Amino acid sequence: MEQARETAGLAVRDAVVRYGATRRRPGSVAVDGVSLDVAAGEIVALLGPSGCGKSSLLRAVAGLEPLASGTVAFDGDDLAGVPVHRRNFGLLFQDGQLFPHRDVGRNVAYGLETQGVPRAERAARVAALLADVGLAGYEGRSVATLSGGEKQRVALARALAPRPRLLLLDEPLSALDRRLRERLAVDVRDALRATGTTAVFVTHDHDEAFTVADRVAVMDAGRLLQVDAPDVLLCAPANTRVAEFLGLAAPDAPGARDTSRARTAAAATSTGHDL
Amino acid sequence: MDGHGRRLRRPTTPRWGAWLGWGAAVALPLGFLAVFFAWPVVSLVLQGFFAETPTGRELDLSGFAEVLSQDRTWRIVGQTLAQALTGTVLSVLLGLPGAYVLYRCRFPGRTLVRGLVTVPFVLPSVVVGVAFRALFAPGGVLGWAGLEESFAGIVLALVFFNYAVVVRTVGGMWERLDPRAEQAARALGATPWRAFRTVTLPALGPAIASAAAVVFLFCATAFGVVLVLGGLRYGTIETEIWTRTTQFLDLRSAAVLSVLQLVVVGAALLVSSRARARRERALHLTSDRVSAHRLRLRDGADLAPALVTLVVVAGLLVLPMAGLVTRSLRAPDGSWGLDNYVALGTTGGRNALTVTVWEALGNSLRTAAWAALIAVVVGGLVALVVSRRPRRAGLRHAVGALDAAFMLPLGVSAVTVGFGFLITLDRPLGLDVDLRTSGALVPIAQAVVAIPLVVRTMLPVLRAIDPRLREAAATLGAAPGRVLRTVDGPLGTRSLGLAIGFAFAVSLGEFGATSFLARPDTATLPVVIYRLIGRPGAENYGMALAASVVLALLTATVMMVAERLRGDRPGGEF
Repeated sequence: MEQARETAGLAVRDAVVRYGATRRRPGSVAVDGVSLDVAAGEIVALLGPSGCGKSSLLRAVAGLEPLASGTVAFDGDDLAGVPVHRRNFGLLFQDGQLFPHRDVGRNVAYGLETQGVPRAERAARVAALLADVGLAGYEGRSVATLSGGEKQRVALARALAPRPRLLLLDEPLSALDRRLRERLAVDVRDALRATGTTAVFVTHDHDEAFTVADRVAVMDAGRLLQVDAPDVLLCAPANTRVAEFLGLAAPDAPGARDTSRARTAAAATSTGHDL
Repeated sequence: MDGHGRRLRRPTTPRWGAWLGWGAAVALPLGFLAVFFAWPVVSLVLQGFFAETPTGRELDLSGFAEVLSQDRTWRIVGQTLAQALTGTVLSVLLGLPGAYVLYRCRFPGRTLVRGLVTVPFVLPSVVVGVAFRALFAPGGVLGWAGLEESFAGIVLALVFFNYAVVVRTVGGMWERLDPRAEQAARALGATPWRAFRTVTLPALGPAIASAAAVVFLFCATAFGVVLVLGGLRYGTIETEIWTRTTQFLDLRSAAVLSVLQLVVVGAALLVSSRARARRERALHLTSDRVSAHRLRLRDGADLAPALVTLVVVAGLLVLPMAGLVTRSLRAPDGSWGLDNYVALGTTGGRNALTVTVWEALGNSLRTAAWAALIAVVVGGLVALVVSRRPRRAGLRHAVGALDAAFMLPLGVSAVTVGFGFLITLDRPLGLDVDLRTSGALVPIAQAVVAIPLVVRTMLPVLRAIDPRLREAAATLGAAPGRVLRTVDGPLGTRSLGLAIGFAFAVSLGEFGATSFLARPDTATLPVVIYRLIGRPGAENYGMALAASVVLALLTATVMMVAERLRGDRPGGEF
């Protein structure tokens, strides 16, 4: 993790993102010196409470927010000055942001059209992707007729269509109800694994993070607190703040606020200790 | 403007393209506004401050002293303010029940009534003048009321015009107001009237203020309708400028009056922009759901507004239009028939006109098409630029200033614009081409008047596009130009239809500037109508009525078609 110059995948170094900065005011700091590596084919979850800067970091990686300092590199190439549309990173929003003036098929085909993929090949790929997300035959449907879960599936297919070298998912399941969320989390993981896509998955729900990700990066107040595989994180939280956020009541910290979380997490910890 | 990475280590050519593109999108409208609005108006205003002396131009404020010391000036200013204030108050008082009935209640035929209410707003002012004159004239339906050339008559015509502004602006907000706030007040023991007064009315406040400011603006700068109805006794600053220029050839005092009007209008514009900002903020508080209930005539809370609306729609809106149509079917000899319409193929009694009315209609359609084209190109570019939210504060302020600059033509009177064209564009930019004889000035002047409406129609639609939709397109590999073409384009064109229709209808009926600029052989329909009612003879008057009906039908049809293209969406000012 030290010298990421030649590693394959994403390398973020000392990234700082500020909002509302002018010549006189420095503005507020959303991301405060974050370094993070995502290896090729790996899925990393960015986990943290709302307002901790995880979405800002994601938008900076996508090229939608300027970095105040630090670097973002992919496969060793510094991306400073490379505009959003040349990065070949996919982005999935919380509410899908499907194009209302295009039907399902033409939404998924959008990225392929910009790449100039021939019509027949485009149609075949759209059909295959829709089948992958469980919506085979939906090409002609208007996006207005879709349910929330279907919209997110279409958005996922659309983001995967141009074969992005990195997929960024910004709380893609948060707007859905709990049962659907749990099922879709598994579907998303399977889709990412099947396509071998490198991905960063932003969420505030640790169950979701643990379901989807190979490694989980816990973020708070603009800084990364700990980056580890789910089981390591649960066994050995780096400090009390991480433990608190994961709902692990530290032995000497009386009473975590959310008791139900504390219970599931306690169960998880005990199995962790048994291992 | 797309703002990523200030530290360009790898400057790429498309960025230059983007800057060039946006630069052109700003420069073209600004250049148009400078040459065809700012320059003529400023030159005109300066006429009031300077006097030609043998040694050259000198600062001379005696023109102000002279004009401001005349009783006639203050009588006109007083009449302008009195007419505008009364017209505004009446429009709001009558418009509120209308907004409730047409936007908060459901009943069969509601869409039709909504369309009917909108028609007067786009009717050419000359047509409205002629319609009310026919109503008030001896032998007209209201001939017994003695409203001919009266203050009350003018105010009624102004309300006829602006009723729709209040109903649509307030109604558009009212239908999206969450009814549960009022229900909560009722549950806390408030009577229906008290709940309305303490909960609903304050929530509607910004929309009412915004509508009132716009109505005041339209009333204070009313021209055609006052010119036709006011006779010699009543006028506005606007008609006075016209009279002094064309009748007395007194350019200097006309210029002074233009300055005076700018002061009145500037104040109204300031209030209106404040109110608009508050309304845009308040719109965020409303829900997307439309909440309307079935009209309950047994309930007094529904019955009273329904009755008021019925009286207004039938008495104030339908009666003058029906009267105009009926009267136009009356031949000069008193019999019923299409004689007046047949006469439209002639140049009027004793050759009142240089062209036939049908030729004038052709002129109107041609100039309006050009004007709509210019207005939509220029106004569309402005709306596109103003809809952006640049990251840098300086650029953001610049965008705001651009927005404000293109609202100015709404406030500066059309007469001032037309008059300014006359005194400046004989040698535009020092070039030796006299635009005044080229015939190009009429569509340009009409476009200047229509541009603010185009911007106000397209801007809310473009602003409503979620910026993340553009971001999604960019992450899918679309370059900025492609995002514009595939996201803003298809979503924005839905407002384009309405904008074109609006610009076309406004240009068709434009009278203030056109009356200055159109030459006899290129006269448009409103100019011809005004000339016909100014000439003696029942034949000419009958032709004016028939031509008014034709013009009214045309504008109303254009607007109805454009309305259909708009669909049912919030936003839009008028």
